[in-house]
Amino acid sequence: MLKVLKSGFYTTVQDAGRFGLRHKGVPISGAMDMTAMNRVNSLLENEPEAAVLEITMTGPTLTFEENTYICIGGAEMSATLNNEPIENYTLYTITEGDIISFGKLEQGFRAYLAIKGGFLTDKVLGSRSQYYPLTSKKRLKDHDEIPFEAASNFEIKISELRVDSHFDEQTLIVERGPEYDMLTDSQLTSIFSKDFSISKENNRMAYQIAEYIDGHSTNMLTSATLPGTVQLTPAGKLIILMKDGQTTGGYPRILKLTEEAICILAQKKFGDMVNFKLI
Amino acid sequence: MKSFPITIKPFGKSALLIEWPNKVDESILYDILRFQKHLSLELDASWEFIPVYNSLTLVSQNETLVFNTWRQKLLDLYASSNEHKPADRYLWKLPVCYDLEFAPDLEEVAHKLNLSVEGLVKEHCTHEYIVYGIGFLPGFMYLGGLPKSLETQRKKEPRMKVAKGSVGLAGKQTGIYPQESPGGWNLIGNCPIPMFNVKAEDPCFVSIGDKIKFEAIPRAEYELHKIEGEVGIYKPEKVKLDA
Repeated sequence: MLKVLKSGFYTTVQDAGRFGLRHKGVPISGAMDMTAMNRVNSLLENEPEAAVLEITMTGPTLTFEENTYICIGGAEMSATLNNEPIENYTLYTITEGDIISFGKLEQGFRAYLAIKGGFLTDKVLGSRSQYYPLTSKKRLKDHDEIPFEAASNFEIKISELRVDSHFDEQTLIVERGPEYDMLTDSQLTSIFSKDFSISKENNRMAYQIAEYIDGHSTNMLTSATLPGTVQLTPAGKLIILMKDGQTTGGYPRILKLTEEAICILAQKKFGDMVNFKLI
Repeated sequence: MKSFPITIKPFGKSALLIEWPNKVDESILYDILRFQKHLSLELDASWEFIPVYNSLTLVSQNETLVFNTWRQKLLDLYASSNEHKPADRYLWKLPVCYDLEFAPDLEEVAHKLNLSVEGLVKEHCTHEYIVYGIGFLPGFMYLGGLPKSLETQRKKEPRMKVAKGSVGLAGKQTGIYPQESPGGWNLIGNCPIPMFNVKAEDPCFVSIGDKIKFEAIPRAEYELHKIEGEVGIYKPEKVKLDA
C-alpha cells in the first residue's frame, strides 16, 4: 500500500481514461498531461494504461509500505525522497517505509507519480481514473491507502530521461472546430492575434479564458464535445473543455486543441498566458 | 425509407461529426440511430458513437483520420444503409414522487402556468418524452416532447445544490438530475430510480431514441423503490417500441 500522510491540494488516481460510455454522458477522464504520464510509465516499463497519481499545485506526503520503483514527471514541485531532493524522469528504488513529499511549485501545474506495475485501485467501468460519483471518492484524502504490488527485481535499462519541458510554451495549436465558420473577421482577429490569460475557473473539467472576445447570438442544438473543444459563449467567453469535461454541450465549438496542446494547457494555472495558432 | 441531406465535418484529428437538418425531429433521430447501427456493423469496435439531437459524432480511438477519404466513405455508407433498422427502442415508465418535500417549485410553477398542482402533475405524466441525447452528466437525458402548457422559465438564480433524482422543468425541457449538482431548473418531484448506477449490470438502462413516461407514486412507494434502486434490483417497466 501507498499511505497518504498529507493529501495536498488535489491529487487523483488517473490512467489512460474511461472509454465507450460517452453516449451515456460519461467523460473520458484520464491524465490531463498524457505526455508526462506516458514518459513516467515508459521509464518504469509499465503498460501505457498503468494508473499514476496526478498531483495538482500542492503535492501530498506519502509513505510506501512495500519495496518498489518510482518515477515522477510533469510539473516541478521540489519533490523529496526521505528529505533528499529528487529529479523528474529519473528512476528511484523505494524501500519499505520511504517517504516522498512534494514542496514548492516551481514550474507547471500537474505532476505525475508512477510506480512499478501501476497503482491497483479498483477499476470502475474499465478505468481507475477518479471521477465522482462514478468512483466513490473525488480525490485522495489523508489516511487513504492506495494498493500496488511490491517489486524488487526490476532490471533497470534506462534510469533517466532528458526531456524538453513544455512549461514555457504559450502557443496552443488548434484545428477548426465544427462551428468555426460562424466566426466573424473581428472574432478571428481577436482569437489569433491576442494573448489570453487563464481564469481562476480552471480544473479537470474545463479551463476558462479570462478575456472576452465579441459575443454572438448563434443558437445550436446540443451536440457532442471532446476534450480540447473550445466553446464560445454568447457573451464572448472562451471555455476549453478538458478530460473530465461534459460529453455534450450547446455552445458553438469554434476550435479544437490538438492532443499536444491539451498537455501544454494542462500545465497552466491561473494567470498564465496562452495564445492560439491554427494548423 | 426517407433519407436526409447530411453534412460531414472534421472534429479534430480523430473524430468526425455528421449533421442532419437542424431540427428536433423524431424521424431525424430515428435515421441517425439507423445509420449508427449500420456503421457499428461496418466499422471496427474501437469506434465510439455519440448521437445527440441532429448529429452523430464518431470518435476513433486509434486512428488519425484523413478527412476527405472518410467523408466520401461515410457518404457512400449512408447511401447504402437504407435497409438497416436501429437497435431496439423502449418506452420506460419511471416513477416520480411529486410530494412537496421533493418539489420546492411545484406550487409556484403550477400557479404561473395557470394549473392546479394536481393538474400539472397529471399533464406531466400524460405525455411521452423522447430521449434525444444523454450528456452533460452521466445519465442526464435531453428529453423532447414537453407540451406547450408546461413550458416555463428556468429559475433566475440557480440552486447550488439540487438533490439526486430531482425532476425539473425549464423552457421546453423536462428531465431528471442523475446526481447531486448545481442547477437552475424548477423542481417538481423526485425519481427514486438511479439514472446512472455503476453497480448495476447496465449502468444506464435508458438509450438515446427511447421514450420516457412519468408515473406519479405516493411517498411510501418512493421509499421502497429508492432502496430497490440503490441495490440495483428495481427494474422499471418497459414496453418495446416499433414492435
